[in-house]
Parts: sequence; C-alpha cells; structure tokens
Amino acid sequence: MSFNPEILILVIPLGAAALLALLPGYKATAPLNVAATIGTLLSALSLFVVDRPAPGNYLFIDDLNIVFIALTAFVAFTTSIFSATYIGHELEIGRLTPAYLRFYHAMYQLLMFAMNLALLASNIGVMWVAIEMATLTTVLMVGIYRTHEALEAAWKYFILGSVGIALALFGTILVYMAARPVVGEGLDAMVWTVLVDKVARFDPALLNVAFVFLLLGYGTKVGLAPLHAWLPDAHAEGPTPISAVLSGLLLNVALYAVLRFKILLAANPTALAPGPLMATMGLASLIFAGFMLYRRRDIKRMFAYSSIEHMGIITFAFGMGGALANFAGLLHMVMHSLTKSGIFFAVGHVAQVKGTQKIADIRGLTESHPLLGWGLVLGVVAIAGLPPLGIFMSEFLVVSSTFAREPILAVLLVAGLLIAFGALFLRLNGIAFGEPAGSTAPAKASYVPMYVHFAIVFAAGIYLPPVLVTWFQHIARLLG
Amino acid sequence: MLSSLSLDVAHLFAGGLVLVSLLLLYQDRMYALLNIFALHAVVLALSVAWQAHIQSAPHLFLTAALALVFKGIIIPTALRRIVEQLGIHREIETVGGVGVTMLAGMGLVALSMVVMLRVTPEADPLAREDLAFALSVVLLGLLMMVTRRNAVSQVIGFMSLENGLILAATGAKGMPLVVEISVAFSILIAFIVIGIFLFRIRERFDTVDVQALDRFRGERR
Repeated sequence: MSFNPEILILVIPLGAAALLALLPGYKATAPLNVAATIGTLLSALSLFVVDRPAPGNYLFIDDLNIVFIALTAFVAFTTSIFSATYIGHELEIGRLTPAYLRFYHAMYQLLMFAMNLALLASNIGVMWVAIEMATLTTVLMVGIYRTHEALEAAWKYFILGSVGIALALFGTILVYMAARPVVGEGLDAMVWTVLVDKVARFDPALLNVAFVFLLLGYGTKVGLAPLHAWLPDAHAEGPTPISAVLSGLLLNVALYAVLRFKILLAANPTALAPGPLMATMGLASLIFAGFMLYRRRDIKRMFAYSSIEHMGIITFAFGMGGALANFAGLLHMVMHSLTKSGIFFAVGHVAQVKGTQKIADIRGLTESHPLLGWGLVLGVVAIAGLPPLGIFMSEFLVVSSTFAREPILAVLLVAGLLIAFGALFLRLNGIAFGEPAGSTAPAKASYVPMYVHFAIVFAAGIYLPPVLVTWFQHIARLLG
Repeated sequence: MLSSLSLDVAHLFAGGLVLVSLLLLYQDRMYALLNIFALHAVVLALSVAWQAHIQSAPHLFLTAALALVFKGIIIPTALRRIVEQLGIHREIETVGGVGVTMLAGMGLVALSMVVMLRVTPEADPLAREDLAFALSVVLLGLLMMVTRRNAVSQVIGFMSLENGLILAATGAKGMPLVVEISVAFSILIAFIVIGIFLFRIRERFDTVDVQALDRFRGERR
C-alpha cells in the first residue's frame, strides 16, 4: 500500500487522544500533544506533494477541503504550543487538576480528529457524525472548569448545538431523499462526488427545503445571528486555547459544510439560489455583532462577538458569490482564523497575568507587559481591518466586489464594519494604554505562536504570493 | 410495490408518533411526562421495526431495539431517579398557557403537512407521508423545548425531536448509516442525561447548583 496522508491525518490525532488519556503528568503530555499536532501538520502538508488518492465512498481530497485541512492543522499546531504554556499556569494555580489535564489533552486531540474527519468526509452522513462529535468534545471542554458560569455556558452550547445538529440531520436526510430517485438506493446517494455529478436532475423543491434546514442547522454552529447565543458564553468560560480553536477552526468547519451544500444547490439550475439567504444571514450577523461589541465587559466575550462579526462577513461574501467575492471570502476566512486565534493567545496570557477577564480591570498593558500589550494591539489593529494587514485587504475586496453589484448592501456592510471598528478601538484604548492596573508581575507566556500568526497576516497584507492567488482563484471559481 | 396494508400500518405508527408528541406538549406533571415519553419511544420502535420488516432491512431492527431499550426503558428510568433526587416532580414551568401551546402545535403539524406534501409530489407515498409526519414530530419537539423552562423536560423535548429524525431516516428507503446515526444520537443523549445528573441542572440556564456537586463529590474546599 502506498503512502496515504489522508489516513495519517485521522489516525495521528486519534492515536494521540488514546495515549494522552492514559499518560499522567504535565511534563510528558504537553510535548506529546505538540508532537501529535506536528505530525498531523506534516501529513496535511504532504497532501500538496503526493498524488491525490481517488475519491472514496467515505474520504476524499479536493481543491476546496485541502485549504481547510492545511489551515486546521497549522492553527492546531500553534495552539498546542500556546496551550502548553497556558495549561502549565492553570495547573500551578490549581484551576485544573492533573486528572482533568489528561482529559483536556485527550479531548483536544479528539476535537482535531473530528474536525479533520468532517473536512475529509466525502459522505454527508459521515460529515454530520464528525461535526456532532466535534460539538460534543468542545462542550466537554467548555465545562472543564466546573464553575457555575462554565457549566451554564456548556449547557447552553449543548442544547443549542444539539438543536442545530438535529436540524442539519433532517436536511441531510432530505438531500438523500432527493438523490435517491436519480442515484439509486444505498451509499452512493450520500457521496459528494456522485451527488454533485447528478444534482441537476434532483427534485429542486426537496433540495430547497433541505438547504433551509442545513443552513439553519450548520449555521447555528457557524454562529450566525439569530442562532449565535451559545457562542459568546462558550468562548468566555472555557480554557482560552479552546476559544482559539473554536473561533479559528470549528466555525470554519461548520461553514465548510454550508459551502458544500451551496455548491450542490448551485449545480441544480431549477433550485433556489442559496446566495441571498446566506448573504442576508451574514449581513445580519455582522451588524448585530457590531452593536453588541459596545456593551461587552468581558475581554474574551468581546472577541467572541468579533468572531460572530467576521463569520458574518465571510458568509456574506460567499453568499454574494462570483469569482471575486468568493476569493475575498476565502482569504478573509484564512486571515480571520490566524488573527483571531493569535488574539486569543494574547488574551489568554493577559487574563492569567491579571487574574481577571474583566475589561475594566485590565489597563495599561503596553506599559506593564510591553510584548503582550503590543501583541494585543497588533491583533486588534489587524482584526479591525486597518491597512496594511491581511484583513484589510480581504475586507476591501468584499466591499469593492459588493459595490460593483449591490451598492445598497455595500453601504450596510461598510456601516457594520465601521460600527465594529469603533467598538474595538474604544475598548483597546483602555486595555492597552494609560496607567497600568492590576498585577505587573512578569508574564510567563509563549509569544512565538502569537507573533507568527500576526507576521503571516501582516505579510499577506503586503504581498500575496502569486501561487496562492492562482490557487485561491481556482477554488473561488469552483464555489460558483 | 408495497401492499396497501403495509402502507397503512406504517402510517398508523408514524401518525401515532405525532399524536404522542401532541400528548407530550400538555403534560404538567413530571412523572406523567416521563411515561408519555416512554410511550413515544415504544411507538417509534414499533414504527422502525415495521419499516425494517417491509423494507427487508434487518439492520433497522437494531435501531428499533435501541429505541425500545435505551429510550423506552433506560432513559425514562434514569430521569425518574433524577427527578426524585432533585425533588422537582411537581415543577413544570411552562411559557404561555396550554391552550396557546396546543394551538401552536396544531399549526406546526399543519405547516409541515403543507410543506412536505407539496415539495415531494414525485417521491413514493410511504416516504412522502412519513417525512411529513417526521417533520411534525421534529417541530413539536422544538416547540416543547421552547415552551419548557425546566432542564429535564427540555431534554425530553429534544429526545422527541430526535425520535422524529430517526423516523425520517428510517422512512427514507435504503438510507445508509442510519444505525450509526442512531447510535451517535444515543451517545449524545446519554451525555445530556449524565450532565443533568452530575451538575444537577434544574432550570434552563439559570440555576446550576455546583456547590451541591462539590459537596456530593467531597471536593468542597
């Protein structure tokens, strides 16, 4: 049998999860966790080099999911480095017991497995099961501190996530029902490659209803308003590395599922156009989150709302469709993942040093902790979309492509962006500058992952390699 | 093609599930709610077993058995013990009155009939009407989750919703992975129930008495 990276991407996290569940002690397990993510990252990167295996009934690789897989593997790797420092501190202060450490590491790897499976799945049933599994593992991690608030957040996430997952399953069943008369009974009627080939002859009415359920179901997981209620709590109460992977990766995985079904519907000329629905939900999320940003008192909760805002922009861009908007959406997704997880790395250390997540109690960071403070400033500048960073470029592309086609929507879009921009800088001013408040003890932090993320975002804003551009343009055309 | 008798029996069970869902909506005692939910699971098991029989798909018997044993017996028993321990057998707080809820429920059933029957004129009659019934059960489950404040009855709403999904999945002839999906759902539900038990979640999101939990585990500092 030849070298098959697909299998490795799944087997490494799964094996690591089993091993980490058994091994005690921080000294051995934290490096092992990092090593496992390095292994996954290398296998993911090798997908670019080796010949792609033929699409199977359960797994496949194509031009779209390879972007998501590479991004997931990379952020998982940097987060595991951050997580090692972060969790070390949590153990020291006794917020996490050694037994929960084992559980935490095992769940981290299990989450990676579930996300990779969801991305690799060529079968809509397998994809559903994988996303359900990712939901379950994150619920358990959100509740890991077992404080009143953490349990409340986990419960809320659980109930809303389960309803979303249930609606998505109903949509999946409807897609199968639509496929069955054309494709025939059995496994084939759930396989992507077969579905996309034959979707033109599916019953459009059934597909329409299916898409509505899928958009609502997976949209809950993307965090689109009005189904976002779980997201801020889950981000605020769980360990910060989990907030980083939730925002940076899991939301993308859910969005990937929506995109797949969008491609399916777009290939059927008589079915409803999925774009306007997505664009509406995206725009609503952006504007809603923009206003909500003003009233935040908790720093992690604030950046969680910023994630809703950015998922809204991305969904809007994909909803508008067309080569340019899709390109912008894809670029924005990558940039947002890198920036937001970088911000959470900074925020995690800030909260540890200051011993609080309350925005009012964190002041003058650039004075007391220059490296951390300026890192956070850089991150917020990036996420707010100031030039010359990567997010400015992708937001600019979204806005300009919208202006050319739907000027009114573009006005709303810009308004939403500006509202969020104002809120972020209002808060940043207090957090980063002025008289330092709270503890000024030196931070034991891992600055490397954070600055690596920001460096990539910065570099992308100035120069995008032509290889990357042609590649993304190719995917943008696939997305229709 | 299917004989009209087997079609009628399938409809009987699927329609029965919708009726039991409506019954769930207006229960105001915890124990009665649990009993009706057990009935819901039994009707689902019968329906799935009948589908397994007429589709000659023996693996569906596994799903039926899972529904009967896990959701018909184990879960209601476990929830009954939780209700006893938490002392919440009288508390069912509802949002809005029974009359309004029932009217909304009937509206949802009508809605799902209109939507599903209209969009599936070409599908075979069994799948078509099964799907309409299944959507009714799903929507009634959602309605129940919205109108109940209490965690246990919310979970029952979620489980009845999930029964509707299993009904839809088994009604879609020859659908692969149904057994796997029903197992995945059972794991999800087991987690929820364990969660309620461990964390003693009484109200929707409001009261989670963690100190009770710490005392219970002897971890109180």
